[in-house]
Amino acid sequence: MLTETVAMPPGAGRRTVLHVPEHTVEIVSDSGEGAQKCGQIFGAVSAKMGNGVWTVEIIPAEIQPPARVPEGASGYRIRVGSAPVTNWGDATTLAVAFNEQVLLARHRLDALASDAVLLVENKWATDEDPEIRAAWDRAMVELSGRDYRIVPVPMEEQCLTVVDNPRKGKNMFALGMLACIYARDMDRVREQIAYTFRKKSEEVYRSNVALVELGYAWAEEHLDLRVEILPAATTDSLVVMNGNEALGLGAIASGMELCAMYPITPATSVSHYLSEVFERFGGIVHQAEDEIAAVGVAIGASYAGKVAFTITSGPGLALKTEFLGLAAMIEMPLVLVDVQRGGPSTGLPTKVEQSDLLAALFGQTGDAPHVIIAPATIEECFHVMITARRIAETFRAVVMVLSDANLATGVTPFPRPRPDERWMAEPIDLAPVPEGQKAYQWDARTGLSTRIIPGQPGGMHTVTGLSHDEGSKVAYSSGVHQHSSAMRSRKLAVLQSLLQPPPVYGDAKGDLLIVGWGSTKGAIEEAVDRARAEGLRVSSLHLRFLSPLEPGLKKIFRQFRKVMTVEINYSDDPGDPFITEENRRRGQLSMLLRNATLVDVDCWTRVPGEPLRPGAIVDAIRGQLASGGRES
Amino acid sequence: MTLTGGHLPVLELHADDYEYEMSDYEGARARWCPGCGDHSILTAVQRLLAAEQLVPENTVFVSGIGCSSRFPHYLKTYGFHGIHGRALPIATGIRLTRPDLTVFVVMGDGDCTSIGAGHWVHALRYNPDLTVMMLDNGIYGLTKQQTSPTTPQGFPSNTQPRGSWLPALNPLSVALGVTNASFVAQTAEWVPSHLYATLRAARQHRGLSFVRILQRCPIYSSAIFLRAVQDPANIAMLVHDDGVVVPELGKLYKNQIAHDPHDLDAARRMAGATDRLHLGVFFRDDSKPRYEETRRVPPRTAAERVALIEKELDRYAV
Repeated sequence: MLTETVAMPPGAGRRTVLHVPEHTVEIVSDSGEGAQKCGQIFGAVSAKMGNGVWTVEIIPAEIQPPARVPEGASGYRIRVGSAPVTNWGDATTLAVAFNEQVLLARHRLDALASDAVLLVENKWATDEDPEIRAAWDRAMVELSGRDYRIVPVPMEEQCLTVVDNPRKGKNMFALGMLACIYARDMDRVREQIAYTFRKKSEEVYRSNVALVELGYAWAEEHLDLRVEILPAATTDSLVVMNGNEALGLGAIASGMELCAMYPITPATSVSHYLSEVFERFGGIVHQAEDEIAAVGVAIGASYAGKVAFTITSGPGLALKTEFLGLAAMIEMPLVLVDVQRGGPSTGLPTKVEQSDLLAALFGQTGDAPHVIIAPATIEECFHVMITARRIAETFRAVVMVLSDANLATGVTPFPRPRPDERWMAEPIDLAPVPEGQKAYQWDARTGLSTRIIPGQPGGMHTVTGLSHDEGSKVAYSSGVHQHSSAMRSRKLAVLQSLLQPPPVYGDAKGDLLIVGWGSTKGAIEEAVDRARAEGLRVSSLHLRFLSPLEPGLKKIFRQFRKVMTVEINYSDDPGDPFITEENRRRGQLSMLLRNATLVDVDCWTRVPGEPLRPGAIVDAIRGQLASGGRES
Repeated sequence: MTLTGGHLPVLELHADDYEYEMSDYEGARARWCPGCGDHSILTAVQRLLAAEQLVPENTVFVSGIGCSSRFPHYLKTYGFHGIHGRALPIATGIRLTRPDLTVFVVMGDGDCTSIGAGHWVHALRYNPDLTVMMLDNGIYGLTKQQTSPTTPQGFPSNTQPRGSWLPALNPLSVALGVTNASFVAQTAEWVPSHLYATLRAARQHRGLSFVRILQRCPIYSSAIFLRAVQDPANIAMLVHDDGVVVPELGKLYKNQIAHDPHDLDAARRMAGATDRLHLGVFFRDDSKPRYEETRRVPPRTAAERVALIEKELDRYAV
């Protein structure tokens, strides 16, 4: 294939148009060359043209990595389809790279489809530095091991005809090429450029548009490939945003007014967004001195009568632990968002993982029952905040929302929410406390009680993390602790009684049921579709409530020969040295499900530092059905 | 099932002209040791509440963990007995949300200057309107005599039985070193009139008033303030019309230093003095910005919010 790198495609006459249901495009560059901006605009324009879209960021681990090294690869990947796209897919089918080293990085990560088209800046092939020329040659040899179609493009040479600094312009040239290949509406492209650079000068807009048009014209003349992806047929009114923006906007729509946080990747962009807009809605973002203070301030605000929230990621969740136990003990409504990343410790700060489930559920000392909900889509990131605030207040409980880096930075269109005044909290009511009403007047059946807040005459009491009775008096007898523990715990069972059994995706009976949670829903269901198309009898189930678990699981599981969770956290592979049925460490959800149902729930989990690929899940499904294994 | 403990708060609605008495603020019976300095601080606080006619339901005491942090239980106001070292973030959250409430914070020396030191420094900088009392007995009492940051060097404890290794931390110097700190004072529970006057000045200050109250623990650190308790010559009173003046103390405490609490340099010098204990207001500046006022935003009704959210969604519309 190496020879093809020098063959320039012929002109218009021999153009091939590919009609496909979907394509996955990526733009990859050194950090700071604007590949992400190019990708964002391409994704937004595609969404606005009616295509299904799912985008992910390609993020280097360092802020300023050196130029032209594989580990510095930075960019954006956009899966564009005719139907709604629910996940990032398997591999890139067309890539634009600003140098061959970042392309190598993607190749080595197995991110590129074996027959991918790769448009790569060719100036490095003839660079005056012999080491760079040699690096280019070595890269081409390494890339030649696949059936890639490599197309060298004189990006810098072209850009220099319009601007002085091509480092600032290549991204728009690339956008122009993509707009030509995928027949993007150029009016929308210009509109999106104007929006993206709205804070910059008119001059910046003009030069960017000129570069896009140059890229378009160059592709028109020199590239033979055209891809047609028809728009999805939808009449819904849609919005497009990433999961962290959806969380932030959902928090606003829930009526909460205080976000107390401390910076941590990948959660911080929620606060960036809120810091920009929240004050307009009567809310504030309080950047606390540390993670502990952040949750403390939120608890103080909740105590004063308004449910507040805090946003963090794994290491921050660990630091907040003692306060979370206190909140459970004093039955303080509180919403905590954990945008999960790879762990333990600092782990993989920018990469996706679902390994905080057990820490979130069991991290507090003593018995500290609380609610855990995991949104499965970007759309759900919006709505989960409204649900979370409502549950926190109704049940006087801590509600944790587990998102992850995949939802946080993924961008996809979804039906426009219809905000409702009823989503908001009631205004603070400072009516006198009825005579005799106690601070924790637990209903003996449900454990529910009415919260008294400061300012209510006749309700004075001291909340305490010490074991306490109905009147919040420090309790010294064992009977009180037994009863109050039961009351705090009972609330979860009551909440579960209000939930519906989760729907099964696919047939309600079969050989294998896949169970997932969080951001993997799209990939799992796509994998189930493909496996079913092969004739495999597989279905899936996706849980939003992890504490309490959704009801009816055992009954659903009984309809399948096998049950297996698919999760992005670590588990031992059964065949590994020393691993036995008894010592095997399992996926986190599978541990919970085995406990709750006594069904032998297996797991297939991976921690690749990237979202799961549907193709890999299909392989796991085939493997599970081929193996003997125990039946459920 | 049996419930133990005292009586529940009883509904007591008072007419606007009702005059609160000290007894109106009495909560559960204090369980501190006999001779504990905390008793006198509780009395001074109850006297302050009555003098200021603070409405019990609009008053909140927030505390951490330790002997002194039992304080809210012994008052009939709203109270928040939280976790070790973390009273200040909770109190800040309350102030941010409900500026209509009067908020006091009670911490011990371990609570404030050790496990909660980070929050202490930052709360001083945020400067929310809080009256912060640090009850400093130079020892961990509830956990039975461990060295705290303010334990005098050489003083033996269960964790440093051959005497504490390090020179004691000086909370006044720390507080006076924090940008935007707006009120720093020191008083002692064995001088009740000074204690009361200092707390009243602190309460009337707008911003975070940090008051270190020297407090005797008769069980674990009875000796550490002995020199000052036994001989008033070992105490210097800072006096100023903008600080604290208790005329009747002049007879007993002959070392009177006229100190303008707006003079930060002089305050820092005196905070570092080792010859005698200085009691009084070291520093105050009412003009320092208060965090909850800096951050105040106009409230929105649910209907206004919905309209604004629709506008925000337009930005993301496909």
